[in-house]
Amino acid sequence: MEKEPASKVELAPGVGGGGEIPTFDITLKVRRYNPEVSDEAHWDEWQLTMYGTDRVLDALHKVKWEHDGSVSFRRSCAHGVCGSDAMRINGRNRLACKTLLKDLDTSKPILVEPIKGLPVEKDLIVDMEPFFQSYREIMPFLVSKGHEPTKERLQSAEERDRYDDTTKCILCAACTSSCPVFWTDGQYFGPAAIVNAHRFIFDSRDDAGDMRLEILNDKEGVWRCRTTFNCSEACPRGIQVTKAISEVKQAILTRKV
Amino acid sequence: MQVHKYDVVIVGAGGAGMRAAIESGQRARTAVLTKLYPTRSHTGAAQGGMCAALANVEEDNWEWHTFDTVKGGDYLVDQDAAEVMAKEAIEAVLDLEKMGLPFNRTPEGRIDQRRFGGHTRDHGKAPVRRSCYAADRTGHMILQTLYQNCVKHNVEFYNEYYVLDLLMVDQEVTEDGVTRIQKRVAGVVSYDLASGELHVFQAKSVVFASGGVGKVYKTTSNAHTLTGDGMGIAFRRGIPLEDMEFFQFHPTGLAGLGILLSEAARGEGAILRNSEGERFMERYAPTIKDLAPRDIVARSMANEVREGRGAGPNKDYVLLDLTHLEPAHIDAKLPDITEFARTYLGVEPYTEPVPVFPTAHYAMGGIPTNIKAEVLSDNDTVVPGLYAAGEVACVSVHGSNRLGTNSLLDINVFGKRAGLAAAEYALTADFVEIPENPTTETEELLNRARSSEGGERVALIRKELQDIMDANVQVFRTEQTLVEALRVIDTLEERYTRITVQDKGKRFNLDLLEAVELGFLLDMAKVMTAAALHRKESRGGHFREDYPERDDENFMTHSMAYKDPRATETSGVRLETKPVIFTRYQPMERKY
Repeated sequence: MEKEPASKVELAPGVGGGGEIPTFDITLKVRRYNPEVSDEAHWDEWQLTMYGTDRVLDALHKVKWEHDGSVSFRRSCAHGVCGSDAMRINGRNRLACKTLLKDLDTSKPILVEPIKGLPVEKDLIVDMEPFFQSYREIMPFLVSKGHEPTKERLQSAEERDRYDDTTKCILCAACTSSCPVFWTDGQYFGPAAIVNAHRFIFDSRDDAGDMRLEILNDKEGVWRCRTTFNCSEACPRGIQVTKAISEVKQAILTRKV
Repeated sequence: MQVHKYDVVIVGAGGAGMRAAIESGQRARTAVLTKLYPTRSHTGAAQGGMCAALANVEEDNWEWHTFDTVKGGDYLVDQDAAEVMAKEAIEAVLDLEKMGLPFNRTPEGRIDQRRFGGHTRDHGKAPVRRSCYAADRTGHMILQTLYQNCVKHNVEFYNEYYVLDLLMVDQEVTEDGVTRIQKRVAGVVSYDLASGELHVFQAKSVVFASGGVGKVYKTTSNAHTLTGDGMGIAFRRGIPLEDMEFFQFHPTGLAGLGILLSEAARGEGAILRNSEGERFMERYAPTIKDLAPRDIVARSMANEVREGRGAGPNKDYVLLDLTHLEPAHIDAKLPDITEFARTYLGVEPYTEPVPVFPTAHYAMGGIPTNIKAEVLSDNDTVVPGLYAAGEVACVSVHGSNRLGTNSLLDINVFGKRAGLAAAEYALTADFVEIPENPTTETEELLNRARSSEGGERVALIRKELQDIMDANVQVFRTEQTLVEALRVIDTLEERYTRITVQDKGKRFNLDLLEAVELGFLLDMAKVMTAAALHRKESRGGHFREDYPERDDENFMTHSMAYKDPRATETSGVRLETKPVIFTRYQPMERKY
């Protein structure tokens, strides 16, 4: 344990920041689609005055709450942990609640579209079922044979570290829906399912690695990956998705984890 | 209208709901209804850990944990429930490990443990390492692990099915020659967000696990979706709500935003400082300082700001200082919260202190249950077939102030108990006939919202509600602020009858959803404020400046709030009391 911190310290002037938050104007363009109204999608746009701390989600809320209540999108936690609000923002898959407006080029309209490759239900809402179907198929749960210990299973810190990166997945689908292979071949498992397989294949407590490797050795499995790195760039949790897929490929070839 | 039939219906798919489903799904035909997708639930936002006296890193036992929980709740905790929770904590953590949860490990490969506010060795002598954790994403790991095990056990989910009503019927029962009317559960009514259709679920057992109500406040760590639906449904159907005046303000929300920075930061050695650079918690809690329970830390922070020692240009926050910790240590133990500080405030926690202020975090109160998770319709009458667990419930293990980590524990211990009890009941009980026209009330509710053309905006009414709750029903309260809040809520409620929902469609009508949610928020704000007005003392999370002392003689009781139109003085909320259950510990002065 560290030594006890000082009871009193000199603080640097202006520490913490804050005060007046700057405002700026943006144009928000949202791709609209509602089959109850029309089979055609179209763009709507709004001019909004926003604050320096605002995110794309705040701009969407401002539209929904003050201009057009019919604009539809999913969201919940609003700070990047629940995975509800993955969308295409200026052509890149991101979470709306984690994308600060000030970090975008606000001199041009900000374009917001649904993620690609999954059927659009309404506006920014897509059907997530195909995504979760792939997830379920890779046996995303610990399978442990042999006797259950009375206390916890032991796992060294190094063994725990081996699969740490892929435990961070929040199933937002930003990676899978950024993958060009997934766009053209909806049967492909996609990066998120492989990431979640990786999380168990490399867990020293798990005994079903071979079965998962067999599932992913399928023609719609890891070999469809063309290593374009879109997924790694899209992941809002910073998971090295392409690396995880490569490790699964390697494990299939060597049957060693 | 479609009708489905299940032995057990679980409302909500966060930690408590899915923990219940894992038990119930293996024993009885079970459906889980959630207005989100399961992995979107707010359990996933919990960070710091889950306490259990495993004693993996130092001496500890469940009795010390029980004591800390009772004292932390300022003696308003039902001690039988606290004892159950602290005892079963150990199995609950081991259950999760066996399900695959990737806990951080000790050098020996055991589950690692760290310090947390209010958790102490030997009845308050010093902080103890009791919290089992996975970096600062323990809630995420719990939610994912429970979902994974639901997939494993083929649990049936109805995603984006928003439950709007609880169906109950009155039955005559005769016991010992005495005949009385008893409520029994028949099922629930839900609204399918994708299609806009109503679905009735007939069930022998219904488990409410629908979470909290943080969105009555503006500054909150809670998700947009936490609008008190479950509590509201029960309240409207005549079930009382217990201890609703007790709402926890988590000390360390990112200033101005309310996003949670885990208490684990302080567990790992971070400290709070005021504008003078002073570690002010040394004055308020000399023994455990920054690791005092949340109510005390939040009040101390608010007091520093009130007395002019707040930091920043507006002197309206204090600072969480991690700069004396090794960056490698921060990266290993607190990666997510340091990223939140960087992303949302542009502050680098390695080198700069982080602006923080209390954020509305957790409802200690809720639907009253006993330790079997059975719902009570008064102080001691069980509603057969109705269960509740997690934040929506009040069992009461948290009393007037919940200790950090005890909510992740609560959902696992009482979620499991609820699932087991619901399945067991369903295996012996018969279905109760669904009442005639079961969706009439729900249809009226939706049609009122959809067809009203009064021009009032849902978002504006909600904002005004959140503003008055932040201003008048926050850390400090007085009769004057509470009476004023009730008056404002009454006017907002009147305006709510004149809202206009712009989206008139059926498909994913989330505009309508927000209107319905606002109705629950208004009801719950009213209950919370009326209960706070009723409790003329200060205890735990409820601090009355006009009654600053704890008053055991008059208020060592739970409050029970009933919907009652005759209680016009308190906006249709009637307050009664319920005795606290004592087993081992007599109330003492609460010092840290």
